[in-house]
Amino acid sequence: MTTLTEAVRSSSTGGTAGKRATRVRSETKRAPSAFYWMVWPAVIAFALFHTLPVLVGIFFSFTNYPGYGDWNFVGLSNYVNLFKDSRILNAYGFSFLFAIVATVLTNVISLAIALGLNAKIKASNFWRGVFFVPYVLAILVIGYVFQFFFSNSLPKILSGIPLFADNILTNESWAWTAVVALGVWQACAFSIIIYLSGLQTIPGELYEAASIDGATPWRQFMSITFPLISAFLTINIVLSLKGFLQVFDQVVALTNGGPGTATESVTLLIFRGGFSGGEFAYQSANAVVFFIVITIVSLLQFRVLQRREADF
Amino acid sequence: MTSATNVAPQLEQELDAITADGRRKRQGDRDTDTRKTNWWATALIVACSITVLIPLYLSVVVALKTPAQLTEGTGFELPNPIRWENFPEAWERTNFPQALANTALITVGSVIFTLLTSSIVAYAIARNIHRPFFKGVFFYFLAALFIPFPIIMLPLVKQTAIMGLDNQAGMIILYTIYGLSLNIFIYTAYIRSIPIELEEAARMDGASTWRVFWSVVFPLLMPMNATVGILTCAWAWNDFIMPLVVLTDPSARTLPLAQYVFQGQFNTDYTVAFASYLMAMAPLLIVYIFSQRWVISGVTRGSIK
Repeated sequence: MTTLTEAVRSSSTGGTAGKRATRVRSETKRAPSAFYWMVWPAVIAFALFHTLPVLVGIFFSFTNYPGYGDWNFVGLSNYVNLFKDSRILNAYGFSFLFAIVATVLTNVISLAIALGLNAKIKASNFWRGVFFVPYVLAILVIGYVFQFFFSNSLPKILSGIPLFADNILTNESWAWTAVVALGVWQACAFSIIIYLSGLQTIPGELYEAASIDGATPWRQFMSITFPLISAFLTINIVLSLKGFLQVFDQVVALTNGGPGTATESVTLLIFRGGFSGGEFAYQSANAVVFFIVITIVSLLQFRVLQRREADF
Repeated sequence: MTSATNVAPQLEQELDAITADGRRKRQGDRDTDTRKTNWWATALIVACSITVLIPLYLSVVVALKTPAQLTEGTGFELPNPIRWENFPEAWERTNFPQALANTALITVGSVIFTLLTSSIVAYAIARNIHRPFFKGVFFYFLAALFIPFPIIMLPLVKQTAIMGLDNQAGMIILYTIYGLSLNIFIYTAYIRSIPIELEEAARMDGASTWRVFWSVVFPLLMPMNATVGILTCAWAWNDFIMPLVVLTDPSARTLPLAQYVFQGQFNTDYTVAFASYLMAMAPLLIVYIFSQRWVISGVTRGSIK
């Protein structure tokens, strides 16, 4: 996944490809037509199935289209109403709370497990394989198993604790923590692999030198490991937060937005309002705002996190 | 890491093979690892992996119980007697063969088309990135990564319905196209690390650009094909929201969608429901168990490049 940062960086700095490029350019001005034939169909298909729906969505966000029949332009009133709608604000509140907590937990837990896997342990390949298992399971389907666990098993196992005995999924203030549990359980699978590949890029000599100098394991982690995997940290945090903000499958499987609308995420709200609530235009406006929010959050993170990255 | 991107992958492998340096020691070859076994880390890993396996254990034991056994206990007890009938019942009620066939068709189709198209587009971009047109195309695809699915979702459903693509073929097209953004980056970084001299030699011999791609470049892309193939496969097989909104015909249902639709029907019939979940998760899980090392190395490679 670092490919993203790599791609952006290397294309801006040039590198060897840049040197090669100047040489080719002096030979021919235009690329062989075959290269254009390779790219055009993909660009057209992408524009048709990706960019066009985005533009259509933005267009209808300025109308009162309910999803069927006639419509009129209503200017910015959908956008104005969004900010007065408590259900919308609630959905953003839940999505952000869930995304931030889940991102922190996912990254802390997967970094800890990756460190454990990178240490000398017995049968490390086997354990590494085990931790990736959640990635090959559909979130919705394993989510139903979690749903049974929270609603049927846990009340009997922890019958002494009222929060769990009364089924946490029906608890308005704490149901979101169950969604976090499922989200983190599933997302760790991929993060662990990324962190592990990051840890394996660190030369072992650094640790040898540090321990000769008498550095404690904690000091080694803070001064060697942490700075050297910060590129992986950046990409993992950005990707987790972006994915978690759009949470959908986890919520559908566990609470379906309930109790009430306590765990209704933005994606679930757009889905419900847009398809069955006759709010095509209104939810399109919501989606446009959501897009802007996600873009700003991602760009901010890249700026903040990349500033502290160490390159070597 | 930035420097590693520009080194030829084959050269890198050779170098690694020759200089079995510290980095390699920490990696795959445990035999050359002279460190002492870290028992604290082992304990942590074992404890955490139990957490990973608990839900799977729960699905298996519940799927083998009778409803009466389930209401008595917490769900974690071993089934006694084992009720195999849950599986045929789930098979019938969710129309499992049809959902499996749909999911398999969509997944295989998406992987094949993705590998063929993404690699070609990435090749053209990687070899012409200095030209404004190709650079523009590259950033066009990059920008799309920031666009969340919800903004596409509502208009897309209208569009696929109008175009008659609210079926399995439509899903294959959508996965192939939506995957382009990420896949092009994975491929482009890798292709730029392949020395262009190989292609120039082929071109000297009179090979066309297409010929060069198929005979010289595509075979060299096999490691990245594995990475992209694995990611696409897991996505298409497990995706829920796209089939949910795009597919209209019940006979086109995928496995996750079938679980969703029948969730209401199962009601409190948990044992049959769990048999159904288990059957929905099993195919990819079994494939993974047998190709575990290959899958992990594929994903790892995609993240370092």
